[in-house]
Amino acid sequence: MLQLTVNGEDRSLPAGSSVSDLVSVLGLDGRKIAVERNLEIVPRSQYGETELENGDRIEIVAFVGGG
Amino acid sequence: MDDANPNVMVEDTPLVVAGRTFNSRLIIGTGKYATYAQNAEALKASGADMITVAIRRVNLSNPDEPRLVDFISPEDYTFLPNTAGCFTGEDAVRTLRLAREAGGWNLVKLEVLSDPKHLYPDMAETLRAAEMLIKDGFDVMVYCSDDPVYAKKLEEIGCCAIMPLGAPIGSGLGIQNPVNIRLIIEQTKVPVIVDAGVGTASDAAVAMELGCDGVLMNTAIAEAKDPIRMASAMKHAVIAGREAYLAGRMPKKRYADPSSPLSGLI
Repeated sequence: MLQLTVNGEDRSLPAGSSVSDLVSVLGLDGRKIAVERNLEIVPRSQYGETELENGDRIEIVAFVGGG
Repeated sequence: MDDANPNVMVEDTPLVVAGRTFNSRLIIGTGKYATYAQNAEALKASGADMITVAIRRVNLSNPDEPRLVDFISPEDYTFLPNTAGCFTGEDAVRTLRLAREAGGWNLVKLEVLSDPKHLYPDMAETLRAAEMLIKDGFDVMVYCSDDPVYAKKLEEIGCCAIMPLGAPIGSGLGIQNPVNIRLIIEQTKVPVIVDAGVGTASDAAVAMELGCDGVLMNTAIAEAKDPIRMASAMKHAVIAGREAYLAGRMPKKRYADPSSPLSGLI
């Protein structure tokens, strides 16, 4: 299992999971989101081929109301 | 009025920011509304075609909570991602790169704040952040103090709109320093948009009468008793202020001047 920190919360995923798998497990498919892995943006086109590693710090953000 | 034909009004030109044309000179924020549905209604009533939005962590425990984009479509409105909550240039760049990835837009609102008590922009850090963002390919509309010296520097490094505060964010105190706002308008070639401080319709009209190219507001609408009605009031205030600016007001006088002729009195 992989131990990850996603938006500040601990999460575990099966070894070999990709960003695409994470997004899908979280129910965020098709959303207007952006994913950052260890402070580097993962372009949407590379979700499938970007494998997660143990200890990765992931941020997933979206648009909310603001001034 | 047209000199050759005094009955024809000269058409106003639309607001153009970084090559993008907007029909409305009012930009509204999307924070502090009771619901996104109310927000969407207010937006419709305001006639605005550009809105500011923030970027935040997705709520993982409730992925089905209401989302802004379900109520206000980026297909219909220009989303202007902001950097609210950022205190350094690095924070701002990180946030807006994520916004660009999420939405695909490079027109952004930069705000680098300092003390939460007054939310004044940290101008040295704002200038540094603006330089970093412009180098990274962003079109930067910049929230700034009403200091003409810094406003000039921000324009010189390539910001596409200068957005001085009228009063502290969320204060609703109106335009506190019209002299400085006017100085900034006179020296600036890109659009000048008063951002923050508007409390009611007359404040928006004052900003536009000074010659601003637009007004950006959030709390004045969101925290009105009837936000939708206030959005409509703001729409009219911005139009009225702009028209009055273009019309050119009468000179102020120290004494009365009767409106009816003095000759022919019986």
